[in-house]
Formats: sequence, structure tokens, C-alpha cells
Amino acid sequence: MSARLLRGARNTAVLIAGLLAGWQLLYAFAGPAALAPPLATLRYTAGLLATEAFRMHLSETMRAFAAALAIAAASGLAIGFWLGFQRFAGEVCEPMLVALYSIPKITLYPLLLLAFGLGMPAKIAFGALHGIIPVALFTINAVRNVRPILIKTGRVHRLTPVEMVWRVLFPAALPEIFTGLRVGFSLTLIGTLLGEMFAAQRGLGYLLMTAIGLHNVELIMAVTVILFVLAGAASSVLLAVDHRLHARV
Amino acid sequence: MTRVALYRALVIAAAVLLLEVLCLAGVIDRLTMPPPHRILYDLARILVSGSQNAAIFKTLTNASIALALALVVGVLAALALHGQRAVRETLEPLFATYYAVPIFAFYPLLIVLMGLGDAPQIGIGFMLGVVAVIVNTLNGLDRVPRVLRQAARVARLGAIETALAVTLPCAAPHVLTGAKLAVAYSLIGVIGAEFIMSRGGMGYEISFAYTNFDNATMYPLILLVLAVSIAVNAALARWEKALLARRGQ
Repeated sequence: MSARLLRGARNTAVLIAGLLAGWQLLYAFAGPAALAPPLATLRYTAGLLATEAFRMHLSETMRAFAAALAIAAASGLAIGFWLGFQRFAGEVCEPMLVALYSIPKITLYPLLLLAFGLGMPAKIAFGALHGIIPVALFTINAVRNVRPILIKTGRVHRLTPVEMVWRVLFPAALPEIFTGLRVGFSLTLIGTLLGEMFAAQRGLGYLLMTAIGLHNVELIMAVTVILFVLAGAASSVLLAVDHRLHARV
Repeated sequence: MTRVALYRALVIAAAVLLLEVLCLAGVIDRLTMPPPHRILYDLARILVSGSQNAAIFKTLTNASIALALALVVGVLAALALHGQRAVRETLEPLFATYYAVPIFAFYPLLIVLMGLGDAPQIGIGFMLGVVAVIVNTLNGLDRVPRVLRQAARVARLGAIETALAVTLPCAAPHVLTGAKLAVAYSLIGVIGAEFIMSRGGMGYEISFAYTNFDNATMYPLILLVLAVSIAVNAALARWEKALLARRGQ
């Protein structure tokens, strides 16, 4: 176990060192008009993190993301359990979900803006829109792959649908469902950020969009680094839990 | 199977009809969304008059180039990475984080590097698509039975011949999964980049129509993007199914 942790830490260190080296090389090649060097960006980021305005943007993004993730997880799981368990409804609807999953949702942003107006509800909707379908698709497959004997046992015990989901399907399908939630987490985050880029006046996505508009290279790099670190830390933790759950089965 | 298809058609028809009724009844007002039949009519009008042909051609060409690049580079990278266990383990957190970070943040960098032509938009589409291709191709290569590799070795095939004649055909369904994702991602990348900063293309026209309340242009273009991506995905899915059926799965 500790050997694996050590290897993981070493791999992460190598990855970060590699990314920093690539960044520095790119800077040497492209120059200050295109990007800021790593050290200057880190210094700028530290300064940025201390400002009041930045914390406002960050908390705005986090609130939108939390709401979007809650909606995506709850509806995704509900749809997934329903369609996974009702085989016929599942067969009818799953290809439609796959088709919806594959559409470039970014083109829908004007529609959401018109429906929700500029602000919090639009970005929550945009985030949730990205997250619901992967959660649902993974859950459908997870529920379908639950061993029939477990479901029969549940039936013998005359479990109600809610008990069936809570006591049989959910525990049995947990590893796969968790993978769905992990993918949903990433996509909801990017959805929320994209929503902020195009449909908001606050939040990290908005900050990034303004920086792009003003061609403020340091701010672009700083926001990107912050997002990368946040998303990287969260997805590493989720990935570790995911591996653990799958190893248990 | 036919009953499933029938129900599926009914569900879709009911959804469109519901939208139509809501629009006509004024629950969804005209400034938010015109009724579906009107969108279809406007789309036909735009296509016949050819007023948006240049934009449509530009976006679809750029997305196709981005897709082709992502496929070629992605498959080659996966072939190179496969078997390099340490490198793969190091890159895994990066792959897991990649899609939670807004790659659009690198758009200004690409503009500085490549100029204000089509290249930066293609670059964003490529950057979004390539990782999906790498991850899925690796996934497919992992599932190539060892006996096939041994057969290739017995036949004294070189590395390139082994890849072309044995491993890639065997991994084809997974490569296709990556390709399906890359279709969506290349469209997202190109259209998103056009939203942010460009001088033409469907994304540019959609956001231009949005700022001018020109729903008669905006909705048909959105519909066209969705239709193209769904059609390409359906074609790839059909191919994937045929491949799997031939293997008796």
C-alpha cells in the first residue's frame, strides 16, 4: 500500500515537473505576448488569491457548481435507476440519451440565456445539462449489470421500489455508479465554467472570459492554473476512490 | 426491436408536439423560442437561399480537419504510449483532469502562436478531441487478446504491420467510441472558439444572431449543428454495431 502511494506521489511529481518544464519551454519559444512564465504566473496567482474580488468570483463559481452537481447527480441517478430497471423504457430511451450526450451543448447557450436570463440560474442549468446524461448512462448500465439473483432475492423479501433501490441496486451497482458520478463531476464543472464564460457576469469563467477579451495573459494563465489545480486535485481523489471501489468487487 | 423503434419515434414526436403546443399557446413566448415548424421552415429558407453557406462550410471544414488530426495523432500517440506503463500511469491524472478544465483558456495563446485565421480554431477542436481518442484507443489496445499479439510475433510482423493488421482492427470498436466523442469535441472546440473570437463560421453567426434577437437565424443554425452531430454519431454507432455483430457480440 505505502509502496503504491509512493509510486503515485512520484508519478504526480514527475507529471507536474514535466508540465512546468513544457510550459517554460513554450514560453521560451512563444514569448511574453502569448503566455507568462511559470514563476511569474505563480507569483501573480498568489496575489490574485488574496484579493477580495477573486474570492467573490470563486465562491460564486463554487455555489453554482454545487447546485449544478446536486441537480445533475439527483436527476441522473433517478433517470438511471428508472431506465436501468424498466428494461423496455430503457431500450426506448437510452439511444436518445446517447444522442443527447453527443451533441455539442455549447451551441445551446443562447437558448438557455433566453430561457433563464443572465446569471446564476443559467449557469446552474448549463452545468447540470452537461452532467445529467453521463450520470444517467453509467447508472443505467450499472443497474442492468446487477446480478439477477440479487434482484430476485429482493423480490422474495417483498421490498418496495425505494427499498429495492436503496438496499439492493445501489450497493450492488456502486462502483459503476461512482464512475458515472466522477465523469459527471468533471463535465458539470466544465459546463458551469462554460456557462459562466458565455452567460454570466460573475465567477471564474467570467473572469477568464474578461481576461481573454482584454488579452491579460497573466490573468488568463493564473485562472487556468487555479482551475487546473482544483479540478486535478478533485479528480485525483475521485479517481482513487473509484479504483478502490472497483478493486473491492 | 420494431416495437422499441416505434415507441422511440412516438416519444420524440410527442416531445416535439409538446414544444409546438407550448410555443403556439404562448407559454414559451416568441422572443424565447419560435415554434419547431417555424425553425424547420427557416432552416430550409436559409439552406435554399445559401445566405449562411460560407459560415456553414467554414465551420464544418474546420471541424473535419480538427477531427482528422485528433484521430491520426490520437491513435498514433496511443500506439506509442501503450506498453509504456510508467508513462501511462504518470499521464493518467492528466487525462482524468483534462476535460474538467476549459481548454478554451488556451485560445488566446493559439491565436498569438498561429495568427487570426482558421488555425487556432482547428487547434482548439483538435486539443479537445485528441485526449478522448487517446484514452479510448488505449482502452481498446488493453483488451487485445494476448494470443493475437503472439500470433503477430510468430508471423514476424514488424511494429507497424502489427498495429495495422492486428491490434488496431481488434481495438476498432473502442477507437470508434473515441471517434464519436471526438466528433462532438471538434464541433464544440471550433464553434466555441468562434463564439469567443472569430470573423466567421456558424458559432460567430449564432452569437451575432443572438445579440441581434434574430431568432429566425439563430435557431435554424443551432438545429443544423445538432442535426449534423447526431447524424455523424448515428452513422459511427451503426458502424460500431456492425463491427461488434461480425464478432458475434
